[in-house]
Amino acid sequence: MSDHRTVLSLQGVTKRFGGLIAVNDLDFDVAEHEVLGLIGPNGSGKSTTMNLISGALSVSEGEIALRGQVISDLPPHKIARRGVARTFQLVRMLPSMSVMENVMAGGVFGHRRRWGRDAERQVMKMLELVGLDRRANARPSELTYIDTKRVELARVLVGDPKVLLLDEWLAGLNPTELEEGIALVKQLRDEGRTIVLVEHVMDAIRSLCDRCVVMSSGQKIAEGATEQVLSDPEVIRAYLGEDDA
Amino acid sequence: MMRMKSTDYKALSVSIVLLLIAICLPWIVGDFALTLAVNMAMFTVLATSWALFSGPTHYISLATAAFFGLGAYTMGLGVDHLPFWLLVILAGLFGAIMAGIIGLATLRLSGVYFVIFTLGLAEMTRQIITYIQNATGQKGILISIWFEESTFYWMLVALAALIFLVGWLIGRSRLGFALRIIGDDEEVARHSGINTALSKVLLFMIPGSVAAMSGAIIAPRYGYIEPLIAFTPMLSFQVVIMALLGGTGRLWGPLAGVIPFSILWELISASFPNQTTLLLGLSFLIIVYLLPQGFVGLLLKIRAKIGDGRGY
Amino acid sequence: MGILITGLLLGGTYALIAMGLNLQYGMSRIMNLANGEILVAGGFAAFWFWTAGSLSPLLTIFILAPVAFVVNWLIYVIILRPLVKRARSRGQLEVDAILTTFGLSFVAVGIMLATFGGDYFSYSYLLSPVELWSETYALNRILAFVAAVIICGALYLWLNISRAGMSIRAIAVSPDSSRLVGIDVPKLAALAFALGGAVTAVGGALISTFLTLDASTGVIFTLKALVIVIMGGVGDVRGTIVAALLLGVLETFVARLIDPGLTLAAAYLLFILILLFRPQGLFGRRQS
Repeated sequence: MSDHRTVLSLQGVTKRFGGLIAVNDLDFDVAEHEVLGLIGPNGSGKSTTMNLISGALSVSEGEIALRGQVISDLPPHKIARRGVARTFQLVRMLPSMSVMENVMAGGVFGHRRRWGRDAERQVMKMLELVGLDRRANARPSELTYIDTKRVELARVLVGDPKVLLLDEWLAGLNPTELEEGIALVKQLRDEGRTIVLVEHVMDAIRSLCDRCVVMSSGQKIAEGATEQVLSDPEVIRAYLGEDDA
Repeated sequence: MMRMKSTDYKALSVSIVLLLIAICLPWIVGDFALTLAVNMAMFTVLATSWALFSGPTHYISLATAAFFGLGAYTMGLGVDHLPFWLLVILAGLFGAIMAGIIGLATLRLSGVYFVIFTLGLAEMTRQIITYIQNATGQKGILISIWFEESTFYWMLVALAALIFLVGWLIGRSRLGFALRIIGDDEEVARHSGINTALSKVLLFMIPGSVAAMSGAIIAPRYGYIEPLIAFTPMLSFQVVIMALLGGTGRLWGPLAGVIPFSILWELISASFPNQTTLLLGLSFLIIVYLLPQGFVGLLLKIRAKIGDGRGY
Repeated sequence: MGILITGLLLGGTYALIAMGLNLQYGMSRIMNLANGEILVAGGFAAFWFWTAGSLSPLLTIFILAPVAFVVNWLIYVIILRPLVKRARSRGQLEVDAILTTFGLSFVAVGIMLATFGGDYFSYSYLLSPVELWSETYALNRILAFVAAVIICGALYLWLNISRAGMSIRAIAVSPDSSRLVGIDVPKLAALAFALGGAVTAVGGALISTFLTLDASTGVIFTLKALVIVIMGGVGDVRGTIVAALLLGVLETFVARLIDPGLTLAAAYLLFILILLFRPQGLFGRRQS
């Protein structure tokens, strides 16, 4: 299955918390330039999976590989250096630093290590991309919610990662903001970035994801092209079992 | 951020002028003031290096006395065999090694463990040395070399200048940036590719090494060292208070705490020698309730207010 | 055998002190570094009642406990609660609490130095020897141990059976969800803190029957209690007791076989081993 285009691959990944199995024998691959949606009802193990890929949690069983090299036994900072960058479910800003420094944090120690003028140039380029170049010197506390999300996106982009993990990056935005947000991720897709995104917003999933992996109770219940997966009766059942389906 | 800006040049020239004034001090002031100045120089060294680590990471280290004692004993045991300056360097090396070991054991855990560990470290080291001395039938160590008060002063000022230089360089380095990120959000730091444990251990080696060097430099001033003198636990607390009172947000912050507190300490211990503990206690409470960011924070707040006023 | 029993006797009293600290840290989330001073104050009270009024320390604790409870409750409500309220994160509260309780501990030492002076305090109370398994022990140590066992047992039962006790344990596990199920967290946190202080003061009164105290020994007891709490696991009563007994035995071994001046070094050795191999405590489950 792992052809040369596979960037990220999960094989038999399992995570137990005491007696609880949060992720059970999960397999999927992410191809280069692909946007993969990781979807499913609340508590199905999506976020745990993101935490396993980024190293925030350690896998109980199975393997995660980045371009064929196993990363699941590495600490988070080494995984980040290999080229896996993530956003957080609840936005995490560095409150004592300017927007510029917040973004720079992602580009100095990670996959691409820049410093000095070179780093500043790259940061400004990313801020321009997310539309925040004018607020480079602002403090995070002065920003609107979507702008903090933008800063976080710029922070993960600045290190030029091989895989971007966006954990509910679009959650909590109002309709106008959501449109802007979707447009931004679309732009990233068109640039050829490889993205795994955990998302609840159906419109976003439809318009952004090439493929989807559906999880329920820690297991993969479907995988395939987005439209096809979303009309799968089992997927619909899994979602309807939930209140906010 | 990394280039020299005009404000950097300004800060640099101010620092050089202040350093020159500090160097000339022994020719200007009298004996009593010079003794006080030696203490101030020593605490500037200790508090500034303490803040280099504890400022960005928020880990409260109470290990100063342990490192200081280690340095004093290095000097005491080696002074008859090796040159003075070599012993100072050796002390710095030992301090760094000890800090590295402590850091590896405690810095991957939460701040509470670190505080507790460092709190008892000086006491434990003191007990062990006392035990060894008892076992070998020794009481204390006489130190056979002696310097003028002004020589102690200049050595400490030189060390202080070195620390300011190191602190300034770290502030502009990747390590300094990494530590600021760690101080803000360790999880973001980790996922940005920062080896947080290693960064903290590396930085903790600086106050460890510096405190040991200060102990080595000061030891001849005591003339005679025994565990209770070399490992006085008060020292750690004084350093914490001075650094926090001044504020750890700026490199010069601790200095702003050292000067007033040293004078106050001198006054209190001269007239009410039993009330120095009370003074320490009240200072802690004042820092927490009235000056959470120290004098630096107060100053920045006032400046911001004036700035706001101009805006309207 | 003699060392083992002496160690267990000492450990029983340590368990009581550590239990006080554990109530305060585990339940009200304040790492109280002034804990040792409360202990010393309790010891001073016992000394004073004994020398001035020949009141037995075993009776003193009945006066001491309510007084210490009220004093600690006031300390929590007046001094510490504002910190809890202003803290934006767990980390900030931790740093603030450490600095504040250090401040309080120094203030307490300063006050005790001013009122009692810097001398050592000890008195002879129930020194009569008792023979157990062909070795002799001082009666006061045995009595202190028995009292400690009774109080620890009562606390354990109270925490496990009574409604207030269960609520306090719930807070230790999860303050946020406790609030959701209708537990008055601020009130119970204050209660836990006050109770912890009372237990510590009683422990001090008991310890003063067989150990010499002075105004500045508090920090040594704070350290030992901290080592025990971390070893036993924060919020874990059973772990605290086991850890305290372990420390008591180890200390007695070191004091008898190597040097009495090395007891803290021994406690530290244990502490380092715990930090390196089981930072989550003896019985704690490793968290990722």
